[in-house]
Amino acid sequence: MMGLDRDRLIELVQVVVRNPLRAFLSALGAGWGLFMIIITVGAARGLENGVKADMGNDVANSMFAWTMSTSIPYKGYQRGRWLELDIDDVQWLEANTQHLDLVCPEIQLGGWQGTNNVIHGKQSGAFDVSGAIAEYQQVKPMNITNGRFLNQADLDAERKVCVIGSRVQDILFEFGENPLGETVQIQGVLFRVVGVYTPKGNDEDAQNEAESIYIPFTTFGKAFNTRDRVGWLSMLIKDGVDAEEAEEATKQLIKSRLSVHPDDPRAIGCWSMAEEFQKAELLFSGMRLISLLFGSLALLAGVIGITNIMLISIKERTKELGIRRSLGATPVRILRQIIGETLFLTLLAGLCGLVLGVGLLEAVDGYLESGGDAGVFRHPEIDFGTVLTVLCILLGMAIFAGILPALRALAIKPVEALRSEG
Amino acid sequence: MLALRGIEKSYPLAVGSLPVLKGIDLNITQGEMVAIMGSSGSGKSTLLNVLGLLDGFDSGGYDLDGVDMSGLSEKQAARYRSQFLGFVFQSFNLISFKTALENVALPLFYQKVPRRERQRRALEMLGKMGMDDRADHLPSELSGGQKQRVAIARALITSPRVILADEPTGALDSTTSSEVMSVLREVNASGITVIIVTHEADIAAKCDRTIRLHDGVIIEDGRSGEVVEPTANGAGSSD
Ligand SMILES: Nc1ncnc2c1ncn2[C@@H]1O[C@H](COP(=O)(O)OP(=O)(O)OP(=O)(O)O)[C@@H](O)[C@H]1O
Ligand SMILES: [Mg+2]
Repeated sequence: MMGLDRDRLIELVQVVVRNPLRAFLSALGAGWGLFMIIITVGAARGLENGVKADMGNDVANSMFAWTMSTSIPYKGYQRGRWLELDIDDVQWLEANTQHLDLVCPEIQLGGWQGTNNVIHGKQSGAFDVSGAIAEYQQVKPMNITNGRFLNQADLDAERKVCVIGSRVQDILFEFGENPLGETVQIQGVLFRVVGVYTPKGNDEDAQNEAESIYIPFTTFGKAFNTRDRVGWLSMLIKDGVDAEEAEEATKQLIKSRLSVHPDDPRAIGCWSMAEEFQKAELLFSGMRLISLLFGSLALLAGVIGITNIMLISIKERTKELGIRRSLGATPVRILRQIIGETLFLTLLAGLCGLVLGVGLLEAVDGYLESGGDAGVFRHPEIDFGTVLTVLCILLGMAIFAGILPALRALAIKPVEALRSEG
Repeated sequence: MLALRGIEKSYPLAVGSLPVLKGIDLNITQGEMVAIMGSSGSGKSTLLNVLGLLDGFDSGGYDLDGVDMSGLSEKQAARYRSQFLGFVFQSFNLISFKTALENVALPLFYQKVPRRERQRRALEMLGKMGMDDRADHLPSELSGGQKQRVAIARALITSPRVILADEPTGALDSTTSSEVMSVLREVNASGITVIIVTHEADIAAKCDRTIRLHDGVIIEDGRSGEVVEPTANGAGSSD
């Protein structure tokens, strides 16, 4: 029924050419609607891409836990007891958990923010120094650009070795000097550099990471007198385990180990990447939905506009339709003509909106690619599937928009149509 | 060819209804050239619209080419219009944004004739009307007489059996009127039935038969120029 042969096309073009202003006005609404959909969906995607690019360097199933002070008295302990974890607790947790693949103890030197704590020759700098184990890289991946990361032998032998971030190298070492094998002095203790890394990603976190130094956890305890104390835990949740469930179970395990009331809300802190991902994912699907919804509303408004203008057009062309009827046009042919005109206008407008919208997205994308700054906004795009969906919606709406005018056109009897003025 | 038996038609008004055709009996045979006359409001156009299947009727019977036309669907009516009938109007009723050629070809479009064939036949028909040099003109670029020639060409393009013309010369001066009438005579000479509604006696005089309507009934029916009492078959007997 909707086959578009040359005659039909000529008829359609004649309608548009005959009243270009009207065609333009009716087209404006639908075009604008589609333009809005493309832009909003594309922008939402841009934001999503930006945030995901920032999150992309983090391990999706990583989780972190730390201890604070209790807020509920329990088993003879007063509230307000300061909790601490040690390496035995870590081993116990690893032995007893059903939700975790890996538990890494970590500890960091603190208290000298801003003062230079690391020295190499004449150079010195203030860096974060952490005690970690060999598996730490699984939780926090980094690019080893020179040498190696800490290994089990370092830990077993409590070697005084360190792995330094690229910024640390830049600050402490001469340009072109190979830091491997060199010693740096951390808080008065000498460590030999065995590796250099650059953090993944380039956000603020990554900048901090580049100014960090890692030494074996075992060495840390001895060198800085923290013994078995553990600052916090970096963990990996088992595949297929729900993040929220893992988080709750792990907290409860730690609570039971440290004799903390199971309902204590403050004693254990926990943060998981997966939950963060889930929240973001929820946010993004919400954003997608909203942009599609608003776009569709804009489209609907446009389509109502087209219906309206087609109705006016039918009224004005009553005589013409009457003539066509007298010349042998069947109701179906009239129906086809009116719906065809509506479709033609709507699709023409929609395509213009589509092209403009996609063009704008491409332009913005090009600007961003060429180094334009847009914060967490990256690679705005609209995928072909969405475009197709939107076009289908448009098509449906266009047919819908044509039905009322077409029925109106059919309701006019040939005699009445011929008798009308115009 | 056309047979009306006791056709009655009234228009609904705000209060009650207005009877316009009050029992029309009429036979028109193939190849006749008939004028319908009568004062304004006597129901001439209404009768022509009923004959042209553009309008329905309340009671009575209408046979076109031996087929009963009562209770036709819009689709069927459109088919009969397309096959049997051609219309010529006082106000020409050309589609303003289409050229003369496109206007003439339009009925063939609705008969699903291929484009080339349509163009060819439309040009040929315009040629017969002496209008082939104006094929690409819009109606607004044509004189009244030229417009009516195009309209006649359009009415003839489907080779109809009957041409129904409602005051085809009503908007034309007398010279142009007689030109158009001679065109319609030629059309009739080729065997096509021509029915013309007119006010003008000299137009009616160029037809073979004149029917006079008054207040919805036929009061005269006979050879043009003669006064004859109305009958159902056009033969002059008294009532
Ligand atoms: N759609 C309509 N609704 C109501 N009344 C109508 C309608 N069409 C025509 N009439 C009435 O029917 C009567 C006959 O109308 P018709 O058009 O057939 O007259 P006519 O003989 O063609 O007149 P004219 O010579 O002025 O064209 C008139 O009184 C007219 O007012
Ligand atoms: Mg009339």
